[in-house]
Amino acid sequence: MAFKLEIVTPDKAFFSDEVDMVIVRGVEGDLAILKNRAPLITPLDIGKIRIINDGEEKVAAVTDGYISVTKEKATVITDSVEWPEEIDIERAESAKERAENRLREKKEGLDVARAELALRRALNRLDIANLKEFNNEKINQ
Amino acid sequence: MAESTRDIKRRIRGINNIKQITKAMELVSSARLRRARIKLEKSRPYYNTVYENIKEILGELGNINHPYLNMRDVERSLYIVITADRGLAGGFNANVNRMVENEIRNKKDKVSLIAVGSKGRDYFKSRGYDVKAEFVGMTENPSFSNARNIGNIVMEMYEKEEIDEVKIVYTEFISTISQEAKMLKLLPSDSLAEEKSEKKKSAIVEFEPDADEVLDYLIPKYIQSVIYGALIESSCSQQGARRTAMENATDNAEEMTDELELSFNRARQAAITTEISEIVTGAEALK
Repeated sequence: MAFKLEIVTPDKAFFSDEVDMVIVRGVEGDLAILKNRAPLITPLDIGKIRIINDGEEKVAAVTDGYISVTKEKATVITDSVEWPEEIDIERAESAKERAENRLREKKEGLDVARAELALRRALNRLDIANLKEFNNEKINQ
Repeated sequence: MAESTRDIKRRIRGINNIKQITKAMELVSSARLRRARIKLEKSRPYYNTVYENIKEILGELGNINHPYLNMRDVERSLYIVITADRGLAGGFNANVNRMVENEIRNKKDKVSLIAVGSKGRDYFKSRGYDVKAEFVGMTENPSFSNARNIGNIVMEMYEKEEIDEVKIVYTEFISTISQEAKMLKLLPSDSLAEEKSEKKKSAIVEFEPDADEVLDYLIPKYIQSVIYGALIESSCSQQGARRTAMENATDNAEEMTDELELSFNRARQAAITTEISEIVTGAEALK
């Protein structure tokens, strides 16, 4: 049972295809969306989005966004989304270090929430970049 | 006579040089225009989806109280002025600057500006307006993070009630040859307020955690995407305006060289005629 999933960012249509299931991390927790789900809108947390089609699973990193499910299709709207192979690991590493340093030094006027978010984004990217192999394998569930 | 033909020749050469430059600029901006238009197309689905979703929620909630939608008495205004970083684009920068200045001339001390593009920044700074923030060097290829930064500044100021309304002035891209300066009210949002008033029950949609929180999340997204849209439209318009301006300049240069060539030939002809008649008169005298 497939339904249409679209993932759009401001500069491109990232993904648009029929899928069997999509698992996203909403602000309230993970949710799996199947065909004919009741309409839903919820913001997403920093995390991964898992797209499952024909027993094959694809994973992408999302930072900030929301998902809107309607009768016809599910749409993920996000500022930035990347496949594991697209992630710039060096950049993520340095972002992680920067955020960690900032949190450690605790300078005055530090925006802790922002630094923590930056750290989580970096960790999420690194985490998913490590899944590079994973996307190519077929998983039997 | 010899003097004047040389002068004309020099001018023809000069104009030809300029023509080459304007021609090259025309080609460059048409290439950039093509790229900018693709970007414009790609940004539409994002904007449309966000807009549709907000509409759905507003329709669901009916009359809601959200600071970004509520009108308040306008004391101080903020204008986001989107121009280019470079000139030679016909009336592109002047149109936007003029539109803004006409509106704020009489309330100078109650207006702040955010300048996008160095042309607008220089114009308003030199006239003593209060330029709160400036974004330069990205007008030809704006990214979403630019829009996010601008949006965050604006929303923070609006929430602190430093400003009571926000307008954005950009250039709408109608077609390759026609662009128009436009002013849009960003906060409180006109287009969203309209949606709010006409409540309609659509399909029942679930919101997680709840509708208010989703709306709190979506409205800033919407504001950012409107700003992004305006940036992209302006970057398209900029290239379009520059292309048209350079095309005209090239045409004019061609016309001028044609005219000059004509007068050059005339001058040459006149010189030859004089010479011949001198020779004839000389030969006549020798008889």
